[in-house]
Amino acid sequence: MTSVTRTPDQAAAVLAAVWSALGTVLDPELDEPLTHLGFVSHCLVTEEGEVRVRLRLPTYFCAPNFAYLMVADSYDAVVAVPGVTAVSVRLEDHFAADVINDGVARRSGFMGSFPGEAVNELDDLRADFLRRAVLAGTDRVCRAVIAGGVDRLSLTELTLGDAPEGADRERLRSRRRELGLPHGDSSPLVLDPATGEAVTDIRTHLGLARLTRVSQEANSGVCRGMLLGRYGLKEER
Amino acid sequence: MYVKDGVKYFVVDGHSHFWDASPANWVPGQEQYAKGWIECFHAYQSLGPAETHWPIEKFQKYSEEQMMTDLFDEGHVDVAVFQPTNLRQWYTAGFNTTEANGDLAERHPGKFIVNTNWDPRDGEDGRNALEERAKRWGCVGAKLYTAEWKGDSRGWSLKSPEAARYLEKCQELGIRNIHIHKGPTIWPLDKDAFDVSDVDHAATNFPELNFIVEHVGLPRIEDFCFMATQEPNVYAGLSVVVGGLMHARPRFFAKVMGELMFWLGEDKLVFGSDYAIWEPKWQVEGFVDWQMPDGEEFSDYAKLSVTAKRKILGLNAAKLYDLKVPPECDVDAPEVEPVGVPAS
Repeated sequence: MTSVTRTPDQAAAVLAAVWSALGTVLDPELDEPLTHLGFVSHCLVTEEGEVRVRLRLPTYFCAPNFAYLMVADSYDAVVAVPGVTAVSVRLEDHFAADVINDGVARRSGFMGSFPGEAVNELDDLRADFLRRAVLAGTDRVCRAVIAGGVDRLSLTELTLGDAPEGADRERLRSRRRELGLPHGDSSPLVLDPATGEAVTDIRTHLGLARLTRVSQEANSGVCRGMLLGRYGLKEER
Repeated sequence: MYVKDGVKYFVVDGHSHFWDASPANWVPGQEQYAKGWIECFHAYQSLGPAETHWPIEKFQKYSEEQMMTDLFDEGHVDVAVFQPTNLRQWYTAGFNTTEANGDLAERHPGKFIVNTNWDPRDGEDGRNALEERAKRWGCVGAKLYTAEWKGDSRGWSLKSPEAARYLEKCQELGIRNIHIHKGPTIWPLDKDAFDVSDVDHAATNFPELNFIVEHVGLPRIEDFCFMATQEPNVYAGLSVVVGGLMHARPRFFAKVMGELMFWLGEDKLVFGSDYAIWEPKWQVEGFVDWQMPDGEEFSDYAKLSVTAKRKILGLNAAKLYDLKVPPECDVDAPEVEPVGVPAS
């Protein structure tokens, strides 16, 4: 990263690229981009290519493990954007903001950021939520398949490629890929997200998938509502 | 009692608080946490109807008269259950203690159930103190926070031998209703603080106790539901579900209710307003008026009967706490009988 002075147009192009990079960063619990959730309160690119991002969360006490992941993932996403020379990501209005911000800036990891308070890095937590995202995504995709006239009991015979094309299918594919699960068009439409193996009890599996999606979306609803309340914002409908 | 369309509802508020979060009660040096905590609660209130929002000053500390009015004069509540939250590390006299709740309850006989709390890390002394509180205030229920920090300890589990000793003590003292906070929380940092597998373990090992999981494990309703289907003595506490979703997110309220009815059923759901986060009035009235919407999105879910609403709003909690229900408010005996209730 070298310092280069840019024209306002070039800075604007970098800004757009930074915003789109932030759009790939997910709240691991809600499985939605920070930019959709309203968590990015501030994003600025200087003519020298320095990026300053500020993040905000629905409460002062949002779980610090998830907060840490979001700050660290934002840093990683933005630093990879061509034309960016320096990155600062700051979480604001949070009880652990200073510790998280400094830890991410120093690249010290979650355990290094909370010495004595954390005994594990957050990989397991992230994987657990990816498995939940696979289940929730299974509900979205299978609903569309069933609406197309397929009997639910025969879903076990279908492949991912048999599902209707679209954002939901690609989102499911991407979460499966991240978990190291089969994700090609010829892979099974439904599989056990913990083992990658075939699903035997499709009825229970679909029940759990629906429940997981309801839980995730209800939680997302609460978080959005809290954010609006906290910052006195109006909902975009 | 609440009457609507000729139907009488006996209302038990299974989750209420009488707290003091005013600046005068903040522990010096911990002001940012004490302030952050109550502001966080206050933000939850914003999920209720606008006309029920309070200014922060009133929300930090409300009077006894205010609470009596909000619950019993206007809120349709017949009996309310106090659930304590000590938080003495941030609030000098505690945030919402057994003692403060008990004092208020004694001035209004028959209106409140006074629950207490315990922490297995307090050992033998803690068990003795629990016994004193239970006897002093007549406690038959307790509220637990497994994710609470204490010194170097980052929370605890109901699976631990220390917790088992406390559960044995509860059984001995007649504390039969164990409410566990599994829901929005802060700590511990690196664990999934919403893990409900320890409730599963305790419910299996203590079949003579009832376990009420408050806030239904939100945001992990899926883990909670799946666990609860396997344990006959596990209940869902609906605080936050009704207050946080019914008004602000009606579609998701419907789906969450649909799932809870599907996995647990109408005998296992217990209403709680979570006062003073939300007033019971709009919650009780709204819930009685509420029905599962029509449409494909909700087609997996059953409609909610009047009987189900009566059970959820009061009769299930009345069973758990052995409250006398006026015959005109009662329904036929529920399929699920809580354990440990004295024979009448």
